[in-house]
Amino acid sequence: MKKYAYDVKDTNDRKWLYSETIKDHFFNPRNFLAEEPKNEEFDALGVVDHSMCGDVMKMWIKVDKKNNKIKKVGWKTFGCAPAISATSMLSVMISEKGGMTLEEAYKITPSAITKRMGGLPLRKVHCSVLGDQALRKAIDNYKKNQSAD
Amino acid sequence: MKKEVYLDHASTTPIDPLVLRAMLPYLKSHYGNASAIYRIGREAKNALVSARKSVANVFGARENEVVFTGGGSESISLALLGYARANALKGENKGHIITTNAEHSAVLQACEQLQKEGYKVTYLPVDNEGLVTPAQVVKAVNKNTILVSVIYANNEIGTIAPIGAIGREIAKINIGRAHKIAFHTDACQAAGYLNLHANDLKADLISINASKLYGPKGVGALYVRDGKKLQPIIFGGMQEMSKRAGTENIAGIVGLKVALELALKRRLAETKRLTKMRDYFVEQIVKTIPSARLNGHPLKRLPNNVNVSFSGIEGESAVLYLDAAGIACSTGSACNSTVQKPSHVILALGISKSDAHSAVRFTLGRGTTMKDLEYTLLHLQEVVMKLRAISAVK
Repeated sequence: MKKYAYDVKDTNDRKWLYSETIKDHFFNPRNFLAEEPKNEEFDALGVVDHSMCGDVMKMWIKVDKKNNKIKKVGWKTFGCAPAISATSMLSVMISEKGGMTLEEAYKITPSAITKRMGGLPLRKVHCSVLGDQALRKAIDNYKKNQSAD
Repeated sequence: MKKEVYLDHASTTPIDPLVLRAMLPYLKSHYGNASAIYRIGREAKNALVSARKSVANVFGARENEVVFTGGGSESISLALLGYARANALKGENKGHIITTNAEHSAVLQACEQLQKEGYKVTYLPVDNEGLVTPAQVVKAVNKNTILVSVIYANNEIGTIAPIGAIGREIAKINIGRAHKIAFHTDACQAAGYLNLHANDLKADLISINASKLYGPKGVGALYVRDGKKLQPIIFGGMQEMSKRAGTENIAGIVGLKVALELALKRRLAETKRLTKMRDYFVEQIVKTIPSARLNGHPLKRLPNNVNVSFSGIEGESAVLYLDAAGIACSTGSACNSTVQKPSHVILALGISKSDAHSAVRFTLGRGTTMKDLEYTLLHLQEVVMKLRAISAVK
């Protein structure tokens, strides 16, 4: 068992179903878009869906061309609590402190996200992997657009 | 003004104070083993005999036709595994079993086990309201059929199956048949609201449990028609006419007895009250929340069951948002294992995967008031709006 993952069934302290951080991001998701954005608001979009689980994830990024850093991020997701929280957390991680470079953002792993969320039950880890996939797709699309220009 | 609203009575019910009161002596002073011959043993035995008489009455049955078990899943396992094993055909094909694709997992997993043991199982598809017809059952019967199992009232969508009509068709087929087909129904959800008379249902095996009836958890009963052979699944004693070994859970059995008696006494009035509330709740949801659809049959359903899909949002998210408002309800969406599948029951209705993930079940009960429903409606509207704003699915 990896260190970042714990099963809530193993703990006696269950104030909530998942960690307090997940709870916070689930009830107060950061950077989500209530409406689909207009084209000019962002530079690229990444979409993934988890067909069995039913989760669908869309992530938009805006990139600062001067330093290749992510300036703005937005997302929408159809998902359970860990899916929503993980995406919210990911959006914070890549845009906080002036934003990550595309190279740094590309390397973010689900385990880095779950760690920041205070762990996730093993059975729910799959719910947290959509965000980084959507992000990588968005970065790929961004690079494709750039080379096409 | 946060409230506590419990709308998950299909999951389990709170214990009725009268049930608890009847049970307490058997957890305190009347702790004897019903097999013992001294005084406190005889007291326990008397309680057991009286409970069996009362439960038999609910099935319209004789006392020797009631087996007490450790709950609904055990009743179902004993009915299916016990009957199939005791009545296996000779040869490679041990027998054919007919059930539906919308059964509780207790039935489905018992059937899977029997398939591993060499039985053949037909899973009849329910229609888009969750119904299976007697004609479907008749058509699926072949010369090897030994057992049919159909859920009386579905645990997720509350759809009520035509059990009596299916039972009558099976009885017709059984006339002149060398090995008879036994008919089992999982009545765990139905027991509080529907007729359980074995002869009206033409059922040979009926599974019920106390924890859905305002009784204790961990106790159930199986009606077994006189003459039907069962192979035990628990060994170690002669209790329960040698069909279920183990020291009897007298407190639990007394609890089940009182819970059933109360349910029977209150059935008509409670059915009327809950049906009215259920229909109001559904009407308001559909009226005030766009793209909300009722899953299951609008009329042939349990008086306490409301199952709705809120297109574009995930069931677990809705349940947790409602939980934050003090409302307890559930979702059939089980995005919680290595295989992420929405509820097999909702999928069986032919609903898309994402809408199946959006199903939320509210099940009303004795303590539910109109105020509770108004409070829930208010929060539900907000929750659906908020989650739809986050959602990537239109």
